[in-house]
Amino acid sequence: MILGIDTSLGTAVAVTDADGAVLAEAASADPLGHAELIGSLLQTVLTDAAHGPVGQTAAPQPVALTAVAAGMGPGPFTGLRVGIAAARTFALGRGIPVLPVASHDAAALAVLLADPFADVPRFAVVTDARRREFAYSVYDGVDDDGLPIRSVGPALAKRDELDDVLAELGAARRDVTAIPAAMVALVAARAQAAGRTAELDEPLYLRAPDVTPPAGPKKVGS
Amino acid sequence: MASASVAHEPLVLGIETSCDETGIGIVRGRTLLSNTIASSMDEHARYGGVVPEVAARAHLEALQPAITAALAEADVSLDDLDAVAVTSGPGLAGALMVGVGAAKALAVSLDKPLYAVNHLVGHIAADILTGDEVEYPTVALLVSGGHTSLLLVRDLVSDVELLGETMDDAAGEAFDKIARILGLPYPGGPEIDKAAATGDPTAIRFPRGMSRASDMAEHRYDFSFSGLKTAVARWVEQREAAGEPVSVPDVAASFREAVVDVLVTKALDACARHDVPRLLLGGGVIANRRLREVALERAAAAGVAVRIPPLSLCTDNGAMIAALAAELIRGGRPASTLAFGADSTLPVTEIQVAPSSDAPQAVGLP
Ligand SMILES: [Zn+2]
Repeated sequence: MILGIDTSLGTAVAVTDADGAVLAEAASADPLGHAELIGSLLQTVLTDAAHGPVGQTAAPQPVALTAVAAGMGPGPFTGLRVGIAAARTFALGRGIPVLPVASHDAAALAVLLADPFADVPRFAVVTDARRREFAYSVYDGVDDDGLPIRSVGPALAKRDELDDVLAELGAARRDVTAIPAAMVALVAARAQAAGRTAELDEPLYLRAPDVTPPAGPKKVGS
Repeated sequence: MASASVAHEPLVLGIETSCDETGIGIVRGRTLLSNTIASSMDEHARYGGVVPEVAARAHLEALQPAITAALAEADVSLDDLDAVAVTSGPGLAGALMVGVGAAKALAVSLDKPLYAVNHLVGHIAADILTGDEVEYPTVALLVSGGHTSLLLVRDLVSDVELLGETMDDAAGEAFDKIARILGLPYPGGPEIDKAAATGDPTAIRFPRGMSRASDMAEHRYDFSFSGLKTAVARWVEQREAAGEPVSVPDVAASFREAVVDVLVTKALDACARHDVPRLLLGGGVIANRRLREVALERAAAAGVAVRIPPLSLCTDNGAMIAALAAELIRGGRPASTLAFGADSTLPVTEIQVAPSSDAPQAVGLP
């Protein structure tokens, strides 16, 4: 069983089995408050998963997690880091690995699985990157491992230039306001099953820290 | 029977990420087992001060390796822990949140109690790890790049009063800024100290902030260093404009003397006015040799006993956070709920954040 955590937009956690079946999930759409929420949401899904499906009367069984899937962004940095830090220490506590996932991949898989028989044409997952910018990633269906094929991104585009950028790429725009943690877990599970090692272990910040070195002493006048 | 609590000293791991040090500490009761620190100071050097986003990124990368290293040094496993502790504030919000998220997940993962505590009170708790018997009440002067606070501690876990704090820059920040004016590298504290070694501390009489009679009514124990910074900058500019030489050692020594003088004067004034013959020094600026020197000298004259923990416990660290939690546990305090966040302006009176209203948990105690 896999614990999925994503705080690239709101705060989302889920416990799934290796096939992606959701045993428990909990999420908040609040774009802030990740540090406040992460602990109780984790506790909630662990308790719910231990209790099993609604109506099950057997005694709760502690969940035997095998990995923690971490949404690595892109997303506003302060919140994003909370989930990644939580994923890393949770995994450390259980002695299980962290499987990093690009958060847009999880959103893309949700789009692609919404109707498994549909042939979804090229599309772009678009999320708010603040500061008048969007983050986007372009997808072309799924590969043989059941993973979304990301052909462009994640990258940033100015708010009023995004549509031109996507038109140029021939990608339909899909605005996403929540990353489902169960999909983060499923992307991780499929990548792991396919023996594909995660290519990212750093957060997808997409921006350098916002600082400018000081330019010599400032004059105070006399 | 009497030694029961000693035989069951709680094993606590503390996580501290309020500024630029990722601190992981492990204590067993009042015994220090590990004080592991990963600092991002070098990454801030080219900016001349701590950059919050750079610090927060560094915390995220340093946390897990630091926890692993601390466990190895303490020779304990995560399963052995009785509790996890974390700094909830005050400090840099984005930096604090990394530690809060990490600590909550670790506590839930291990199914252990979590204690969210106050960073400043943690500085006071560091003293407990020195192994000496610590007496209260004591006045505490905490000076670092992030804070300059004067506290009256009647009881570590239940009664800490803020007497005063800086109204603008922290003392450590002032050192960094003056170093920049004098063309010295970051961090400014050690550089100013070095330059001041051959300087004359009485060469220039720089102002003592918040020390005029008119300030003393309302801000007796408060500090201000921005006026001092401006005075130094102006003095240097005027000399340069007049084509006169600027003696960096004299400016450094005179500036340092002004800072040290006001810190020690106010701290000893607090001791006298509250009739407390004890002064505890904490925070990274305690590394400043002149500050320790003047504090010891004047305190001795005033009949005040000074305590200065080793520097590794004075700078920001996780051991002090673990030590404070261990004291809370010793005092029978219940753990914190999971419903707290990072509070960048957490008042010092909030020693523990979000204590649960449950009956006290018997962590590590029979
Ligand atoms: Zn501090």
